[in-house]
Amino acid sequence: MSLREALASGMFVVTSEVGPPKGTNVGPALEEAEHLRGLVDAINVTDLQAAAMRLGSLATCHLLAERGLEPVLQVVCRDRNRLALQSDLLSAWVLGIRNVLCLTGDYPSLGDHKGAMPVYDLDSVQLLAAAQGLNEGHDLAGNELDGKPDFLLGCVVTPGGNPVEAQVMKLEKKVAAGARFVQTQAVYDVEQLARFMDRVAHLEVPMLAGIVLLKSAGMAKYMNNNVAGVSVPDGLIERMATTDNKAATSIEIAAELIGGLRKYCQGVHLMPLGWDKHVPAVLAAAGLR
Amino acid sequence: MTISKPKPLEEILGYLSRAQRVFLIGCSDCATVCQVGGKDQLEEMAKTLQENGKQVTGYVVGEPGCHLLELKRLLRQHRAEVAAAEAVLVLSCGTGVQAAAAVLEDKEVYPGTDTIFLGSVQRFGSFAEYCRACGSCLLARTGGICPVTRCAKSLLNGPCGGTSAEGKCEVDPEQDCGWKLIYDRLAARGQLDRLAEVLPAREHDKHPGKRVLEREGKGGAG
Repeated sequence: MSLREALASGMFVVTSEVGPPKGTNVGPALEEAEHLRGLVDAINVTDLQAAAMRLGSLATCHLLAERGLEPVLQVVCRDRNRLALQSDLLSAWVLGIRNVLCLTGDYPSLGDHKGAMPVYDLDSVQLLAAAQGLNEGHDLAGNELDGKPDFLLGCVVTPGGNPVEAQVMKLEKKVAAGARFVQTQAVYDVEQLARFMDRVAHLEVPMLAGIVLLKSAGMAKYMNNNVAGVSVPDGLIERMATTDNKAATSIEIAAELIGGLRKYCQGVHLMPLGWDKHVPAVLAAAGLR
Repeated sequence: MTISKPKPLEEILGYLSRAQRVFLIGCSDCATVCQVGGKDQLEEMAKTLQENGKQVTGYVVGEPGCHLLELKRLLRQHRAEVAAAEAVLVLSCGTGVQAAAAVLEDKEVYPGTDTIFLGSVQRFGSFAEYCRACGSCLLARTGGICPVTRCAKSLLNGPCGGTSAEGKCEVDPEQDCGWKLIYDRLAARGQLDRLAEVLPAREHDKHPGKRVLEREGKGGAG
């Protein structure tokens, strides 16, 4: 079943993600994706995540599609202008990629090529509009396409953003521009997500709540200090700090979160950050698969 | 105002390594306010160069240094001092350096400053960037706060996910998120409806690029 069909069916949708390697050794990323086969409805492939130069999302998505997996091409606005972005989207379509997630992208100075030129020729709303235009058979300049894609377009939102009203305002624009599903930044506070869902209910777009697997107390503290809009409560940090089995506790926490979140959203987006092998256990513990 | 800062002395001495006699050009406007190319800084630079074995043949403060006709007139008054110099060091913005290079075609002209941004004077010696000279001003829609300049990513349709709990930018925790400033101001005025429209991408063919301006400047007023 495609992601489009899964979302349309009304079922509780699960997506996860893999990150391409720093180099050409794509084997481990494909293996991570294999852990997810049959368990998730789609697999995001990150686009130079954290602004670090890597193998591309497009090539990795193509390899997943070839293997019968359902990839979601993440596209950020940081590295390409409107010519390259639109061209890459057309390339993605002919390479068998059907789902696209449009994001702004972390600033270059947060990554490993700090002096790189930040492009941001389009912002995420404009990128969605450009992709929707391709779906409708024309490019941003209004020229007609010879053969058009039919992407399922998605976007992201940060329920813990400050001010959250500005996030809602931008999400409204994204949906108006063509987004048909939403994946959220990592959420650790069920009440916060519930409040946020109330604010965006009028958009009538499937929302998948983001779950980042905690790997350690240190990682949780790092996210609290460095990742905007993410707040891991002290209680969870304490559990990660005192456990004898980090993976087991991480799985337990993620499953509890999914249990709490599921009545408020249409699915979850798991961000295992390399712990893809634990995703089956998380889904089993959450009673999802 | 064009904000500049002095280059390190070693870098300047490197440029002047093959020149014994040097003429200095400053600017009465921006570079004077920035304290990089006013009369005081030119005299200080003359002293420093002399301490480093150079001879300074003279100096002028352009009025301003980017005004080609004015600069030409001033330099004519100092013709002998300029002719005696093997190199010209300009203590003003990049436009001033290029104005001097355009007027003094046969001279080696070197920059003594780095030009950083267009900005305001916050207080004495403190400057902040406010305008990118993008060529299509959006301030009417954004409560007088420029998203092109104040948002690190120059986003036009609202904040990214990188605003911290304190309202700061993910790129620099010292800087306010420009979009939080815009949102808060319009919310306070009850004008959030101004943000509802999806703004299309900026058209860079309308951007008044520096190279084009300088070429036009050659034929007319600088």
